[in-house]
Amino acid sequence: MIELLPLLYELISAPGLSGYENGVRPIIEKAWEPFTDQLSTSRLGSLHGLQKGTGGEPRPSIMIAAHMDAIGLMVNAIIDGFLRITAIGGIDVRVLPGQMVTVHGRQELPGMIVPTPARLLPSRAQAGVVPLEYLLVDVGLLPDEVVNLVRVGDTISFAQAPFNTGGETLTGHTLDNRAAVAALTYCLDILHSRPHVWDVWAVATVQEETTYGGALTSAFQLHPSLCVSLDVTFGSEPSSPSHMTFPLGKGPTLGWGPVVHPFLFKTIKELAERLEIPLSTEPAPRYSGTDSDAMLVAAEGIPNVVIGIPLRYMHTPVEMIVLKDVTRAGRLVAEFIVQLDETFMDKLTWED
Amino acid sequence: MKPLIQKLVETQGPSGYETQIRSVVRAEVEPYANELKVDALGNLIVRKGEGGTDGMKIMLAAHIDEIGVMVTQVDENGFVRFTTLGGVRPYTCVGGRVRFLSGAAGVISMEPLDDLSRVPTFEQLYIDMGYSNSAETPVRVGDVATFDRPFLDLGNRLVAKSLDDRIGVAVLIETLRQIKDTPHQLYFVFSTQEEVGVRGATTAAFGIDPDLGLAVDVTGTGDTPRRTKVRMDVSLGKGPAIKVRDGGMLADRRVVDWMVKGAEKLALPYQMEILEGGSTDARAMQLTRAGIPAGCLSIPCRYVHSPSEMVDFTDVQNAVTLLIELVSHPVIL
Amino acid sequence: MAAMAENYQFPQIGDEQIKLLERLSNACAVSGDEGEVRKIVLSEVRPHADVVNVDALGNVLASRVGSGDNRLKVMLAAHMDEVGLMLINNQGDGIYRFETVGGISASDLAGKAVWIGKDHIPGVIGIKPVHLAHGDSYQKPIDVDDLHIDVGPVAGKEKVGDRATFATTFMRLGPSLRGKALDNRLGVATLIELVKHAPPNIDLQAAFTVQEEIASRGARVAAYAFNPDLAIILDSTPAYDLPAWETDENDRYNTRLGAGPAIYMADSSTLSDPRLIRYMIQTAEENKLPYQLRQPGGGGTDAGVIHKQREGIPSISVSVPGRYHHSPAAIVRLSDWQNTLTLVAAALSHLTPALLASDR
Repeated sequence: MIELLPLLYELISAPGLSGYENGVRPIIEKAWEPFTDQLSTSRLGSLHGLQKGTGGEPRPSIMIAAHMDAIGLMVNAIIDGFLRITAIGGIDVRVLPGQMVTVHGRQELPGMIVPTPARLLPSRAQAGVVPLEYLLVDVGLLPDEVVNLVRVGDTISFAQAPFNTGGETLTGHTLDNRAAVAALTYCLDILHSRPHVWDVWAVATVQEETTYGGALTSAFQLHPSLCVSLDVTFGSEPSSPSHMTFPLGKGPTLGWGPVVHPFLFKTIKELAERLEIPLSTEPAPRYSGTDSDAMLVAAEGIPNVVIGIPLRYMHTPVEMIVLKDVTRAGRLVAEFIVQLDETFMDKLTWED
Repeated sequence: MKPLIQKLVETQGPSGYETQIRSVVRAEVEPYANELKVDALGNLIVRKGEGGTDGMKIMLAAHIDEIGVMVTQVDENGFVRFTTLGGVRPYTCVGGRVRFLSGAAGVISMEPLDDLSRVPTFEQLYIDMGYSNSAETPVRVGDVATFDRPFLDLGNRLVAKSLDDRIGVAVLIETLRQIKDTPHQLYFVFSTQEEVGVRGATTAAFGIDPDLGLAVDVTGTGDTPRRTKVRMDVSLGKGPAIKVRDGGMLADRRVVDWMVKGAEKLALPYQMEILEGGSTDARAMQLTRAGIPAGCLSIPCRYVHSPSEMVDFTDVQNAVTLLIELVSHPVIL
Repeated sequence: MAAMAENYQFPQIGDEQIKLLERLSNACAVSGDEGEVRKIVLSEVRPHADVVNVDALGNVLASRVGSGDNRLKVMLAAHMDEVGLMLINNQGDGIYRFETVGGISASDLAGKAVWIGKDHIPGVIGIKPVHLAHGDSYQKPIDVDDLHIDVGPVAGKEKVGDRATFATTFMRLGPSLRGKALDNRLGVATLIELVKHAPPNIDLQAAFTVQEEIASRGARVAAYAFNPDLAIILDSTPAYDLPAWETDENDRYNTRLGAGPAIYMADSSTLSDPRLIRYMIQTAEENKLPYQLRQPGGGGTDAGVIHKQREGIPSISVSVPGRYHHSPAAIVRLSDWQNTLTLVAAALSHLTPALLASDR
């Protein structure tokens, strides 16, 4: 089997903000190449990897989406050699002061996010959290150098270096959702040596953090019979409510709610029990917050299932996962696909 | 080009009620069209060029609708309460005049305020049409009106209502008129219902199924007093703006680069645009069907969504020059 | 007549000095736990000093005796400690409560990685995902009590009582340097160079002090022990030379990057000796060195306790200006460091008792 830790280090060290996924896509292509029959890129930049099934044509197909885009920042003005910034994706501005970043200008520039000192803020902004509009990036260069190297619209990635503990946990930025990309890679690795009737479309989607645009358009284009979202979910830790989080190292989650088809939920739940893969149920009463929200309503509508990998401190540069949860998520999806037969879609009904 | 702009901005076309403006635009573009149609949502779609081996199907969109108001109640004394069509702000309403599609007019005023330091809410505003009872007042629930303000030519700066997005419409018309040769099938879409959620462009894009999409719309600026309050580097007169992102989309980076290269080839001034809120027809194009590379060429505009929006005429002319350059050659993304 | 330092060469900042600063910056030495920096200091100064002691509080006291007559005893002080954190309670599952040591703002902590203990065990300070924030809770300032250090749900060697610092690796950024604890490893690095290149006309008394960030405890006893004729404190002072949002001009910059060494006249704990202020300015001008007068105001250095020691010690502080001290990293300008080192070396090299014979 592939070594997940080196792959994950490589994946989360590559830039690839929403809309700018070209930094990470080649790494995923390289990882998927041995396990797929063909690789292509959608018009918005999502990576499509096809693993052909053994069934007679036309074969049903399943699309597994793991988004490859990352949250981050973008330069929206330059003032006296400092960069003003805007966020791409949902970021709690309270994690930004003092954060190390890489500015993707005419060359890569290391920088640091700094708050305007209270003494220089408008009086009404001096108490409380410094709003994004008064945070700056300092790249340590003289103003003339900055204007030559940076322009409005340049993206900014977090530069927090990843680290692991005992080869069991991994901490760093963008584990949302490169951890799921690794799980999908692991899934493809398993399926490569296990016969499966269905065609499998592994899709590393773009722009999940902004519009779900990648998943929506790829689902339209590939027109699969079923969709799976592989994403991260909230890991238990003291600052988050216990009823909405899932412990690290105790297996993936399976979404339950209007986005998830009940028959798929039941099938996977039973499968996990049979295989003794620990699996928590994650209720999502309205939205799943994943690519499935878009894939569900692509074209005529597609049955969806959502698999989550627990992760602490989501959307901060210090996200944390346990590797075992990644392999379990990948294995669960692979085993589900192996047992899909030509008649599965006929069984997929509503038990009303 | 100024007479065209004046004609466009002085025509009415609130979202969903674009008949008048569509017929004005239609008269302007019909002589230049290889094909012309109006779809179910009222989009006016004009094709120019037959395409070829190096060509693409390119959708160019500028919306013909404008923000406006819609009557919710006419009270017994003839005062008219209203709701908004699109992003109207209460502080630009008071003292303003509106004109209904029937030609009837009125002024907007407000109830006495308890707190003069606070902006009134729409519930505190009403239209006075000069009548004393509901029976005489010549409007009823559901009637729509636009802000009534004449075109103002300040030389290089132009002021009017609905420059958002009649200036984009003017740019497209002028491009259509001037373009000589194109390897592409160019679909000029004069779209509807942009201000209420890019609805017209959504169906137009699905119908056309283009390879590439470009909206031409206005964007805000950061060049007015207390400039540090606005995190925006766009100014009037520094060239058309190339959208990198707005509130609804990240422009396709390849489309951004295509426009930057085009502007640099012609040595035209240009600016990079990041708009914190709002979106354009480009969003609808980006997400249509299997997705397409989409972007937006923006005309910097002060006081967007007020009855006195302001653009720089040189920026407008440069936008036309750039657009013609962009669509006259094969596109390599 | 004192032996003037006719052939004295001013020390220079080169790659070797930057590498030493890098080691100092990456080392962890939260107030009260300065061992890692002390070890570097001792190995650097021992070959050059005549006497080296580590005192009861952990200060490194290194003396270099000059030659000639009428030598002034000049104390140079630079604090080794930095602000940081201490693990105070093990909550299980790899999660610890902590307290801050020194002036560290809770608003700088969320979403950062830390190094714990002597082995620099990595951990993180997380925050509730923005997705789970209710209402405007994400607009409320963060309280330290709401934060935790997390090393992951795997057994590690960290323990309650260990100190932690921001996990920031030193880096050069063009004309600038970026690293944690540059307050005051820059002062430490400067003082190491001055010990290595002490001018012969004075007796140099170098105090690498502890616990500056928590009431300058080290400097108090070091000054008592040295009992010098005068003291120069090498520290770091904030540069607030960022855009001001509601005025045309930033008139509260404190100091500015690139404008040279910052000479203190008054902070909240010391009024610098006027003779030393005049002397430092005169030295800068004679040597055509850029310098700036730190805007009088708040803040403080080891001078606050040194100048009041025994019967009083004429004192002044000189700092390399730095942006963002006490946060995960400061940014300083290399040229300011060189000019600060040159200014102090130049001042020392022609110091005579005559200076202190004049009226304040």
